[in-house]
Amino acid sequence: MSRALPADLDCVVAVEQVTDYLEGALPLHARTEFERHLVTCPGCVIYLRQIQAQIAAAASLAAERPAPEEVKRKLLAMFRASRGI
Amino acid sequence: MPAAAPDVQALLQDLPLVEALRAGDERAFLGLVGRLHAGMVRFARGFVNTDAAAEDVVQDTWAAMLEGIDGFEGRSALRSWIFGILANLARTRATRDQRAVPLSALEHDDGEPAVDASEFLPPSHPRWGGHWAKYPEAWPEQQLLSQETLAHVRAAIDRLPQGQRAVIRLRDVEGWSSEEVREALSVSEVNQRVLLHRARSRVRREIAHHVERRSKP
Repeated sequence: MSRALPADLDCVVAVEQVTDYLEGALPLHARTEFERHLVTCPGCVIYLRQIQAQIAAAASLAAERPAPEEVKRKLLAMFRASRGI
Repeated sequence: MPAAAPDVQALLQDLPLVEALRAGDERAFLGLVGRLHAGMVRFARGFVNTDAAAEDVVQDTWAAMLEGIDGFEGRSALRSWIFGILANLARTRATRDQRAVPLSALEHDDGEPAVDASEFLPPSHPRWGGHWAKYPEAWPEQQLLSQETLAHVRAAIDRLPQGQRAVIRLRDVEGWSSEEVREALSVSEVNQRVLLHRARSRVRREIAHHVERRSKP
């Protein structure tokens, strides 16, 4: 594995900043330092991509399963009763 | 990702719906049920032991929502308000079912590192201490979205501590903004982020184990 430049941020530190980075919660100087680290560190780029891919995968778990008809009927009855209909 | 909830625009968007519900508009109510019910059941399941208990809690939440809608002041988005009720009822039910997790646990940070220390070179390394010993493996997208891997993602989320689980479900599964999650779960901005970070890190570790196991001959 060849590494051309010594990076100024440790990967140990960088992986703990990934969420703050994605949340836009890093102060400007820290954000710049983090991005500079990514330029020199393929490992942390892969790590960041893994997290992004995972977030996308998690979103696909929400694939909608509509509420069962029986539940909808019950809730509708509840709604009518609450509105005095 | 949805826009931040507490902004004025989002609150104004809810107004016609709230008025329709108050006026007894059944289509408006069924539309809301269609949008929220499944996500509410998934969310409740993070607190209680069985699917049936989760359905119960969600129905109680709808009942409480209908009872409270006339007094709803629109200080939060309708969805955050409903999930806030749900979070409280689900916690109460979990306590009753001996699956008690105090609210303070939502604030707890277990302090474990995002990545196991063994993945990095030791600090004593002459040049690369604290850097990857071996780069992580890129995940093939197709494999990540396979039913098998997704089942692992779901299971990994289910195994998280309650606070982490609640936050990652709302943020990454349901796609909520951090503001909405903070409102619904009554956690601070920083704690929301810490819980999300721990949750994502843990789930990533589990996916990595799974993917690496699969890619070995």
